Amino acid sequence: MTTIIDVENVSKQFKIHHERHQSLKERLLHPKSGSTELFDALSDINFKVSDGETVGILGHNGSGKSTLLKCICGVLKPTSGEIRLRGSLAALLELGAGFQHELSGRDNVYLYGAMLGFSRKMIDGIFDDIVAFSELDHFIDTQVKFYSSGMYVRLAFAVAVNVNPDILVVDEVLAVGDERFQAKCIDRIRTFQEEGRSILLVTHNADTVRAICDRAIVLNGGKLIADGEVQDSLRIFREYLLGSAVEHDRTGVQANISIDAVTTPSGSFEVRNGAGMNFDVEITSESAYSGNFVMEVFTRSGLLVSRSDAQGAPVNLTPGHNRVSVGLAQIPLLDGVYDINVGVVDHHGSTVIAWREKAASIQVIYDGREGGIVELSPSIRQQ
Amino acid sequence: MDDATSAGVERRRLDDAPVRVVSARASLTTRLRNLSSRRELLTSLITSDIRIKYKGSALGLFWSMLSPALTLATYFLVFSVFLKNGIPNFVIYLFSGLIVWNMFQNAVSSATGVIVDRAGLVKKVSFPREILALANVGAAIIYFLIQLSVLGIFLLIIGHQPAWGFLWILPISFAALYLFTASVAIVMSAVTVYLRDMRHLMDVLLQLWFWLTPVVYSYENSLAGSLHRHGLASLYFLNPITLIVLTFQRIFYANTTVHSTIAAGKILKILPTWPMSTYFYMNLGLLAIMGVLFLVAVTIFGRLEGNFESEL
Repeated sequence: MTTIIDVENVSKQFKIHHERHQSLKERLLHPKSGSTELFDALSDINFKVSDGETVGILGHNGSGKSTLLKCICGVLKPTSGEIRLRGSLAALLELGAGFQHELSGRDNVYLYGAMLGFSRKMIDGIFDDIVAFSELDHFIDTQVKFYSSGMYVRLAFAVAVNVNPDILVVDEVLAVGDERFQAKCIDRIRTFQEEGRSILLVTHNADTVRAICDRAIVLNGGKLIADGEVQDSLRIFREYLLGSAVEHDRTGVQANISIDAVTTPSGSFEVRNGAGMNFDVEITSESAYSGNFVMEVFTRSGLLVSRSDAQGAPVNLTPGHNRVSVGLAQIPLLDGVYDINVGVVDHHGSTVIAWREKAASIQVIYDGREGGIVELSPSIRQQ
Repeated sequence: MDDATSAGVERRRLDDAPVRVVSARASLTTRLRNLSSRRELLTSLITSDIRIKYKGSALGLFWSMLSPALTLATYFLVFSVFLKNGIPNFVIYLFSGLIVWNMFQNAVSSATGVIVDRAGLVKKVSFPREILALANVGAAIIYFLIQLSVLGIFLLIIGHQPAWGFLWILPISFAALYLFTASVAIVMSAVTVYLRDMRHLMDVLLQLWFWLTPVVYSYENSLAGSLHRHGLASLYFLNPITLIVLTFQRIFYANTTVHSTIAAGKILKILPTWPMSTYFYMNLGLLAIMGVLFLVAVTIFGRLEGNFESEL
């Protein structure tokens, strides 16, 4: 396998201006003031991407993932270190960043194509595909400033994927467009993978990574903290999500624990609003382990509804088969489907030992008229 | 597996694809190579610049022809009727210098703020940033060519012969003008990122600069004598545009004999009486210096570019 992206010892420092003096007068009057501070956005990052791999870059806001992506695309220059690239690269850092509002969709396709480094002749050849993919046939000669944000994004995405780059770099843009267009984008990315092209995807959505990527990299505070199988990287990403700032030694944890299934006594995951629910979690452990059990509830759009106390539910796992039962006395959720993640963490509640995303989905039925996620039943009276 | 291998055959091999390196500092040759590899982008930017400028106007690019034509007609009227200054055919003299100046001024004043104005693009899309300034220079060249053709048509109408024998020096002179304009535009676009005042300062400087260039007045007539007496003539020629303007005036204004004229009983000198070889060698020398200046400008831009993201 050819290495197509080789990131070697890359560091990036930003200057942070505390007091900005950008006018000549201010610079002359305050030559010394306007202190600057150096901020390490990336420190000593090393990794390689081989031809045909799809790699996810996970990290929280401020973890340096976008900076890394910008360095790879050449928008930013690393302070030290080197990035070597082979083949053509199309980047979607911000959809439609190169668009000129005054120009028509057609002109912008050519301009954007040129910005991505593709010739006019090449764009001529794929122009119809671009228009077809973006579904903008009727609007292609309309000025872009009259486009809706969805149309804007569709056009930009259509250009970037249809120029058939060897490497596609995507920064959290899959969250745009309607669901149907999102599905189309995912389809397109799959075709890309089948053609053996490489994709670098930045996101903080674990599901996207699991759905698309072969490998995942986790960044935290500008450092690369994981690079490996999606499942392993996701687990490490989770640990940091649980708020651990403590450096810990993972080698100390030998327990090989897996979460096998989540079942309900009745077999149904439907529940009425206000009613209770019980479910059992089947866990297999190779050795004895004492830790805590954690449960998370997410909405389908990825919003965390609730996470149980990571230090308040001790479990003592014995070698072999274990069963943990979870009881929810009263579910105040409004109607919708909610995903449940379950996991076992150590007794500090910081290190994830075993984790299962979307272990179950519950369907809540609600007859009332409140809107949102949670039923508050406010009492409203005029005084 | 079969599917995967057949797909692999269709795709071009990446093993021998050239390796691009992103690192802290790129060498001058790398920078120039990157620039020349993105010529397509440059043309796209120039055409989109011009399109945007005339978007929605009924006459479109015709305006850029109409406005210099009207300027020319006004000058013709003013200087041949109201403000006779003794220089015969003054309007040709004026216009042949003015097109040079306009190109420089248009390019530099639009390029000065271009990186600040297009920060959104600079922060999100990867391309050699100098191209933004060069696109402004390119658009100025288009307007220059339009004005040049207006001048040509005007010469045809009034039946004034340019100095055909000198015409071959024009490309050299123009190349020097291009390199100088591009150098100033590139450096100013980067400097403005750090000093936002540059935009306003440049407006003032360009006005001053205009009067240091013999466009409206005649160098020989008004300045040459006194500058020579004080040994300052070479200082005046430090302004690269001076020589270019003089060359253009020599080509379009002065056919074979007109270097001076007799007005009110005095000999009025208009243009330097250099032979053709002097024009040639001076322009050639200037072109060489401007070539070096351009390389310096690209290098300076490379140094300044490193911190754009903290300033934009």
